[in-house]
Amino acid sequence: MNFHSNKAIYIQIADLICEKILSKTFKEEERIPSVRELAIDLEVNPNTVMRTYEYLQDLHIITNKRGVGFFVNTYSIEKVTAYLRKEFMEQELPTLFKNMKILAVNINELEKLYHQYLQNNIKNSNEKK
Amino acid sequence: MIQFNNVSFGYSKQKLLYANINLELRAGSVYGLLGKNGAGKSTLLKLMAGLVYPQQGKLSVFDADPTKRDPSFMHEVFFIPEEIDTPSIHVLDFGAEHMPFYPKFNNDQFLHYLKEFDIPMTNLNTMSFGQKKKVWIAMGMASNASLIILDEPTNGLDIPSKRMLRKLIATVLNEDTCIIISTHQVKDLDSLIDKIILVDEGEIIVNTDTESITEKLVFKLSPNISTTDQYLYYETSLAGHLIVKERSLEDEATKLDLELFFNAGINNKNGIKQLFN
Repeated sequence: MNFHSNKAIYIQIADLICEKILSKTFKEEERIPSVRELAIDLEVNPNTVMRTYEYLQDLHIITNKRGVGFFVNTYSIEKVTAYLRKEFMEQELPTLFKNMKILAVNINELEKLYHQYLQNNIKNSNEKK
Repeated sequence: MIQFNNVSFGYSKQKLLYANINLELRAGSVYGLLGKNGAGKSTLLKLMAGLVYPQQGKLSVFDADPTKRDPSFMHEVFFIPEEIDTPSIHVLDFGAEHMPFYPKFNNDQFLHYLKEFDIPMTNLNTMSFGQKKKVWIAMGMASNASLIILDEPTNGLDIPSKRMLRKLIATVLNEDTCIIISTHQVKDLDSLIDKIILVDEGEIIVNTDTESITEKLVFKLSPNISTTDQYLYYETSLAGHLIVKERSLEDEATKLDLELFFNAGINNKNGIKQLFN
């Protein structure tokens, strides 16, 4: 894994796991890789993965079943969505606003583009069906 | 696990390399030992392994005195030097020769690591420098020694082997082992190192964990230099200013930039020392 973003590595790993939960690669109530398995896979220190898992436990996204491993919680999708939403609002949105200000992008312009995007999205998913 | 108490060392009595250093290393971590060329990184590693002896002070490694070179101490230390020396024998004989010195040596692991490193089953004299280095690394990791010292391990390693080395380190690290790596190629291993020791001019500038660094400092690219902010260090290029500053409450934690931290530690020794000691 390439840790390109300027976020702390343990947070980047947490984001990765959240993404896997949303995409249902890691399903609710199923076991996720052990600390060591994930550390070897991502080529990071097991202590870093441990920190990620503690962080995700604090967010009630995963649970440690002693002697068995770490499991995705029931209703974790809601929790993951809330967590990623918070991250988006607090971190990505300010960057977007900053660029909008620098480039003098009007909010109405953005709204129009957003609606266009939503429409295209609906069209595309209908075509797929 | 390792304790330096007022240790002094120099290769000549007149000129000390280290004067009265204190340093503690604990098990369960991967230490990155950083310093400029000639800063004394290899010497520090040799002191721990009992390859050179302190002139003054007390040094203990798992409660033993390394200078006694007691077998029970030697069993638990595996040192992989930067410049390796390999005899002209078959790779398996080489392993078999070292195995008896390490009671926890696991031959299956050794064979597995050799395979992962793509090492041919031949005489060592037909191998390249990088291949020989990998044989040493495979042996060190299979020794299951409590203290594994790697001096510039990524020198001479090709790209897949560096990746393999990272996976090996993540595999063998446990709460009873301590892995110490001296390196200039911080980007090769920075996702594995969780403790940093920075040495310069015979001084230990910092010995801390990466978590404390990102708690106390922020590393970021800033388009301009503010006149009100206090920076510990910054570098300027056309792309902007790479800054290191003390983290305030409103600052988000950033990813540790080891190269920038290194430069900050060398150029603003006192600023960094005050924060971490």
